[in-house]
Amino acid sequence: MSLKSTLCAATALSLTLAGNAFADGHSATITIATVNNGDMIRMQGYTDAFTEETGIAVEWVTLEENVLRQRVTTDITTKGGQFDIMTIGMYETPIWGANGWLVPLNDLSAEYDVDDILPAMRDGLSHDGTLYASPFYGESSMVMYRTDLMEAAGLEMPTDPTWQFIREAAAAMDNPAEDINGICLRGKAGWGEGGAFITVTGNSFGARWFDEEWNAQFDQPQWAEAINFYVNLMNDYGPEGYATNGFNENLSLFNQGKCGMWIDATVAASFVTGDDSTVADSVGFALAPNNEGVEKRANWLWAWALAIPAGTQQEAEAKQFIEWATGKEYIELVAANEGWANVPPGARKSLYETPEYQEVPFAQMTLDSINAADPTNPTVDPVPYVGIQFVAIPEFAGMATEVSQEFSAAYAGQQTVEEALEKAQAITNETMEAAGYR
Amino acid sequence: MATKASRSAARIMMAPAVILLLGWMLVPLIMTLWFSFRTYLPLRGGDQGWTGFDNYVRFVTSSAFWPAVQTTLVIVLGVLIITVALGVLLSMLLDQPMWGQGVVRILVIAPFFVMPTVSALVWKNMFMDPVNGVFAHLWRFFGAEPVSWLSDASLPSIIMIVSWQWLPFATLILLTAIQSLDSEQLEAAEMDGAPHLKRFWFIVLPHLSRAITIVILIQTIFLLAIFAEIFVTTGGAFGTRTLSYLIYQRVLESQNIGLGSAGGVYAIILANIVAIFLMRIVGKNLDN
Amino acid sequence: MARAVTSRRKLVNTTVAWAIGLLIFFPILWTILTSFKTEAQAIASPPIFLGFDWTLENYSVVLERSNYGRFLWNSILIAGGSTILGLIVAVPAAWSMAFVPSKRTKDILLWMLSTKMLPAVGVLYPIYLLFIKLGLLDSRAGLVIVMMLINLPIIVWMLYTYFREIPVEILEAARMDGATLKEEVLYILTPMAIPGIASTMLLNFILAWNEAFWTLNLTAVNAAPLTAFIASYSSPEGLFFAKLSAASTMAIAPILILGWFSQKQLVRGLTFGAVK
Repeated sequence: MSLKSTLCAATALSLTLAGNAFADGHSATITIATVNNGDMIRMQGYTDAFTEETGIAVEWVTLEENVLRQRVTTDITTKGGQFDIMTIGMYETPIWGANGWLVPLNDLSAEYDVDDILPAMRDGLSHDGTLYASPFYGESSMVMYRTDLMEAAGLEMPTDPTWQFIREAAAAMDNPAEDINGICLRGKAGWGEGGAFITVTGNSFGARWFDEEWNAQFDQPQWAEAINFYVNLMNDYGPEGYATNGFNENLSLFNQGKCGMWIDATVAASFVTGDDSTVADSVGFALAPNNEGVEKRANWLWAWALAIPAGTQQEAEAKQFIEWATGKEYIELVAANEGWANVPPGARKSLYETPEYQEVPFAQMTLDSINAADPTNPTVDPVPYVGIQFVAIPEFAGMATEVSQEFSAAYAGQQTVEEALEKAQAITNETMEAAGYR
Repeated sequence: MATKASRSAARIMMAPAVILLLGWMLVPLIMTLWFSFRTYLPLRGGDQGWTGFDNYVRFVTSSAFWPAVQTTLVIVLGVLIITVALGVLLSMLLDQPMWGQGVVRILVIAPFFVMPTVSALVWKNMFMDPVNGVFAHLWRFFGAEPVSWLSDASLPSIIMIVSWQWLPFATLILLTAIQSLDSEQLEAAEMDGAPHLKRFWFIVLPHLSRAITIVILIQTIFLLAIFAEIFVTTGGAFGTRTLSYLIYQRVLESQNIGLGSAGGVYAIILANIVAIFLMRIVGKNLDN
Repeated sequence: MARAVTSRRKLVNTTVAWAIGLLIFFPILWTILTSFKTEAQAIASPPIFLGFDWTLENYSVVLERSNYGRFLWNSILIAGGSTILGLIVAVPAAWSMAFVPSKRTKDILLWMLSTKMLPAVGVLYPIYLLFIKLGLLDSRAGLVIVMMLINLPIIVWMLYTYFREIPVEILEAARMDGATLKEEVLYILTPMAIPGIASTMLLNFILAWNEAFWTLNLTAVNAAPLTAFIASYSSPEGLFFAKLSAASTMAIAPILILGWFSQKQLVRGLTFGAVK
């Protein structure tokens, strides 16, 4: 047998194998794209229970957040039809819903009790009053602090601190000799990372992305005040290299006992009080801060939610899954197996009325933080957009990522805050002009 | 030497590769060209018709364009210089007699087998992290202040990561070339008392020129398109946005296919300029 | 006396080469070590080098969470299939370029390389739309074709350089003896070209194995290879360095082992081709 015919045979074989995708054994299989966050991974572990109950098999495509976003966006805009359920956030849902790309979730069963979903979450996942995605878990932002360090510093954290107090506390807890930073905050470029944090910080200083005519507002004094405050705070009491720290980096630092305070997503509460944390027993919680005299706090609002792309062949099965995964029973299932602290938070009112859950240390603060967030009035002055740490327009993700890159460069000392703000103003106006807003 | 028959046979043999690549090049190229003249916003009603050269003008006048071109060239050049220089030295070392040659070779070649995403993640989290990274511990051990690699030395960091990935490739190609070097020639030169440097300069290096050319050509093609390393480490911040990353931002983050396609056309033009430039400098080596 | 010098030189060579080799290998070694640590030990300060409690827990968690076998199988099929298909197309082309060169041969070669310069992300949407039309999304066949096409220029180029090193005199001698074209290819060229073909195959296999843009964007479930497997472990919400390391080790181990075994052949193959 010659080399060539061997090669031919091998190719034929590999192409046949490649062509024959594994034949489906189940009558119905739904494919779900999801993010690799802890709560979703836990849900995958319980999928067998769903399959047993309904006979519907589930295939998971689990991806890191940025990859997931690019993957599902490509698929939905081209109507690729690769997924029956997509895990998306509060930013995508109203935009996609408005385009008619998602199946409206207005006919969910009575047992599902759609009115039990927290109003802030429901509003954020609807377009024109129609729900397009069901929240799997929701979050706001809050202050997490070390009770032991606060005590040692002789300070007491109010439930509603101001930025001025946060700075005072950071100064008191900062201890370079012990490798403890007064405060850890996100600085990493990316609209969902440092971009989200600096936007809510801006809100709490009374700044806004746009005025009502969609003019960029980075030339306003509130932004300069907010960012200068942040930079000074972090340069004085923040960790080394904070300009590249995002959620994960800060979580890691906090769990190692290297941060006095951390202001971030409320879902982090279950991690910093969990098994992997070295400071689990001494964490306290408070509302996100505001600048003295500004009524808005640095609270954001986010949900990871399940949505069904329009055009799927398995709409009924997909709805069944969504009702199962975001329903009350699932919460009870997780609570029974892993304890109440580990259930997906922030989505349902009834969860916060459950006596067992009320005993979880961060439950009340999470609910208060979510309730303090108002996506239609994110800041002091009126704005033409919906969304708190984002602006729910298609152009935002790209533009905000570039803006936050300029800010991160300023955090790293590669340009001044003023230069960064000038560039942010230019990028934003450029984009809005291109998109035809101005 | 070639007969007419063998010429036509040669054409037939070449045809499948040429046709396939022609298709693979032309279909996307034509589609890219088409989209680059259109307003195509997937999140805003899709394809909205012709727009002339607007996308081209907007892409090139954006404040991000020239810095991106510059960053691309710095990364490509930096990695090329490091990998070729170290590759020559390393391949000469590995050609020497030693114990455990096979094991050392596999150690040196290993980084090439690692997926770019994985190597970027490992470098970023386990080595360059200013608090928990191995470098930070090392620096502290010697009493120095840890460096925030990815923000304060972002470009050198990325060049280092990419060089680590491509050094094995350069070494491997150069090693095979060195092994074909006539050892008698070298020994004769040694007998004549030619100093090391002279031997290297007049015998080894000319012998390697062809292999170096291949390394430079193939690496340039891959380096012009590096993406994962930037995506994972800095996300384009701190002056690490290359042209291909800028296109990624336009297409996927801003969801503006028209603008991104215009960027794609610029990237092709840049790549071809680089290619022609390369040919001028090193192309002679391919003729021998 | 000359021997003593050689021996001392060998010792120096060995020491220096091992030091450099270990330095270059260290990031991979560190990843492998971390994969056997607990999550807390993985970020311990100062870092623990060997004195930790070795655990296989990360591997069992990863295996439980993901269908590793399917990802691995897909990677093997896609990398292997595209390599074989690529060779079938490239060997004749490279052969004819090397042995029946024309004035345009070099231009064609350079043009082939230039097709690799189109930035992938720029054509994501066109290709995605095309794949929908052809029904190739999330199919192994589709990825085999794409991987073959993106690596074809490199294969042709490498093979061409190897083939050119084969002395023409031998061919001419064979022709004098009345060998036909077929005999020439089968009995003279192929045996001489096999080392070069083998190392090209390996290179292509590695490139296809590591490609992470198309394999991620054109697959969902059925055709997803190890790059997609890695994307489900990178930067999750929480602290999972040890698990990421375990997943990374699992993703690179097969190809590392392949590289280990073929290292001798690879170097010899490349050498063989380059010897005049």
